[in-house]
Amino acid sequence: MSQFRVCPDTGLFFHKPAESLMKANAVAGAVWLLIGGIFGIGVVLTRWQAVHLLPADMFYLALTAHGIACLIFWIIFFEMAILYFASSTLLRCRLATPRWAWAGFALMMIGSITTLVAILQGGSSVMMTSYAPMPAAPHFYLGLILFAVGALINCFVFFGTLATAKEEKTYEGSVPLVTFGAVVAAVIAVFTIAAGAIILIPTFLWSLGYISHIDAAMYRVIWWAMGHSSQQINVSAHVAVWYLIAGVIFGARPMNEKVSRFAYLLYIFFLQLASAHHLLVDPGISAEWKIFNTSYAMYLAVLASMIHGMTVPGAIEVAQRKKGYTKGAFEWLRKAPWGNPAFSGMFISLVGFGFLGGISGVVMGVEQINIIIHNTIYVPGHFHATVVVGTTLAWMALTYLLIPVLFRRKIILPGLAKWQPYLFGGGMSIFGTFFMAAGTLGVSRRHWDMGFAGNPLGFEYPGSAYMMIAIGAIGGVIGIVGGAAWLLITVGSLLFGQKLEPSAGILQSFGVPLADSVYSTEKPPRLPMAPAEAVETHGDGGLEAPGTFILALVLLVSFILYYAINWKYLSEVWPLS
Amino acid sequence: MSSFTPPAQKIWWNQPVEKTEIYWIGLAVVWCLIMFFMMPYWHVYGNQNLSNEAYQTTPAAYMKKTQAMVEKYKVREVNGIPVVAPPEGSDVYMLGRLWQWYPMLELEKGKKYRLHLNSMDWNHGFSLQPVNINLQVVPGYEMVVTIEPNKAGEYTVVCNEYCGIQHHTMLGKIWVK
Repeated sequence: MSQFRVCPDTGLFFHKPAESLMKANAVAGAVWLLIGGIFGIGVVLTRWQAVHLLPADMFYLALTAHGIACLIFWIIFFEMAILYFASSTLLRCRLATPRWAWAGFALMMIGSITTLVAILQGGSSVMMTSYAPMPAAPHFYLGLILFAVGALINCFVFFGTLATAKEEKTYEGSVPLVTFGAVVAAVIAVFTIAAGAIILIPTFLWSLGYISHIDAAMYRVIWWAMGHSSQQINVSAHVAVWYLIAGVIFGARPMNEKVSRFAYLLYIFFLQLASAHHLLVDPGISAEWKIFNTSYAMYLAVLASMIHGMTVPGAIEVAQRKKGYTKGAFEWLRKAPWGNPAFSGMFISLVGFGFLGGISGVVMGVEQINIIIHNTIYVPGHFHATVVVGTTLAWMALTYLLIPVLFRRKIILPGLAKWQPYLFGGGMSIFGTFFMAAGTLGVSRRHWDMGFAGNPLGFEYPGSAYMMIAIGAIGGVIGIVGGAAWLLITVGSLLFGQKLEPSAGILQSFGVPLADSVYSTEKPPRLPMAPAEAVETHGDGGLEAPGTFILALVLLVSFILYYAINWKYLSEVWPLS
Repeated sequence: MSSFTPPAQKIWWNQPVEKTEIYWIGLAVVWCLIMFFMMPYWHVYGNQNLSNEAYQTTPAAYMKKTQAMVEKYKVREVNGIPVVAPPEGSDVYMLGRLWQWYPMLELEKGKKYRLHLNSMDWNHGFSLQPVNINLQVVPGYEMVVTIEPNKAGEYTVVCNEYCGIQHHTMLGKIWVK
């Protein structure tokens, strides 16, 4: 019998098995962030040349573990929790096949631990990309395959839940925008995992000796169909989280459903083409292929992100203006709840993703400009702006809302929580910016010793490169402190936070259901459409979101300037043809 | 509250779009098109483009061609690695292997050379510093790119694709006279 509880604070309905699964996946994700973060300390303190903490073998091991734990395990476990929330909770629907979801969770756990063990054993320091023919231990690949199969099962549990909701008519009208965004993330996830299977299964067999040869160029092309697309799952999911937080905190509704959903649709069609970003200076790939794919056809996925980047703050502005914050262009933003970490985290995520991650990502993805950026430390600088400031901070912001609602605990250390997004987002933005600057000066990524000490040939990067790396590393350390603060607050809240009614014990924080009496066997009432209170015809007056429009123009101008500067840099290097 | 509830209208796709969004989408589309056409434009009018020329090859075959060039144009040795000074317009072979670039090159400013790159084992990264030209070197694939050094000096080839425990020691040299 289906069992639901209603959250007394928010009115959200939680299906018992879905609730447990969300908790288990979110907690597993946080544990992986902890593990990945610890390796991250080793990485950043080694790259910081003045500290140079780890010996070479440990550095490459830590870098491999950091990448896989954070970029794959932390983010995807948390994404699974978001998929269940966006389907079962938001649609008031029972979760389809909870046993399969637990099987998927178990596979993800077994797989992720297997891969971590392989890395720690020392024979698989091959970086996250594990470019064949550089070999890793067979169980390195096997763990990733099991993890991916688990995630795939969970995506189908999500689709099954959507089908159940439609079948059982648990909602009126169309699915909410947040759920729509989760659908887009899940569709991209299926593509991603399929690409991963196509390349990792043969590579696993190759590592066992059943296949004699893996073509190195083919490996790169197909691996990146997984490697880059997996980051596109994050983009879709964290945009959905931005919309969700805007809705929860401000009661913001999308400025226009059609525009936002169309932008999401562009993600499905074009976002995955971006695997080409990694192949722009590879041999054997034609310029036509590179131009079409690296630009997502004609920058259609960039267009989509530019739309979301405007409509999310635009929705907040419209909601704030309705509440009377109408003075000037920016009163709505000044009077926003900057002390609420759910809002500040979401807004820093949005701005950091757009200005730092978004602009740099497009610029480095220009076919020719990639020549001066490929494999420099610019690349990690860029993706820390997208997946750390963007995705990870969005997940963190969401937890401030979910801990009271889902886990029934009050957030501990509210004073620290207030500052946490600034510490983490600020530190990681410094890290990203200055590592990008060092990359522009040519510093290599994935490199133990930028000083080349003891090498008879010798080479010195300019002194400014050392300074950029040092400032970036200090930013990284600040970011790690911010990440540790988040772990302290969240784990501390689950264990010691004040209990809210209906209350949860410690075991409940990790997935055990609440007391039986909390759940009702009655189905929740059908989810109604949003009340049609907004004025849906637009008058001839000014813009509805003038402040956001100004901010968007600032983004566009920064974008154009930075784009032009990089063409200038490129035009100064040796002519190539 | 319709970001996480169903839209207020059953037929939500007929709702008019407000001006903020229309203007922004218009600007964004124009910018996206400019960025797209910039790439083919640079192929025609720009000076920094990679050719489409590449060949599948084997380590043995590529090594043979490299050795032939080394024997023909070797001028000296540095740390036991030959330095070659090939003539203008010729095919210049360089290879990456664990953990060395081979051979070293001596080129002349303002002259063109057909640089061939290949790896003997794993992926390597050809990162020419301080000019900052970065190319992926993939085993089994011989890439050809015409280079035209525009400034005299000593240049270093850093390996910027992780290639194992001694990756950070993998350096090569190109001198431009």
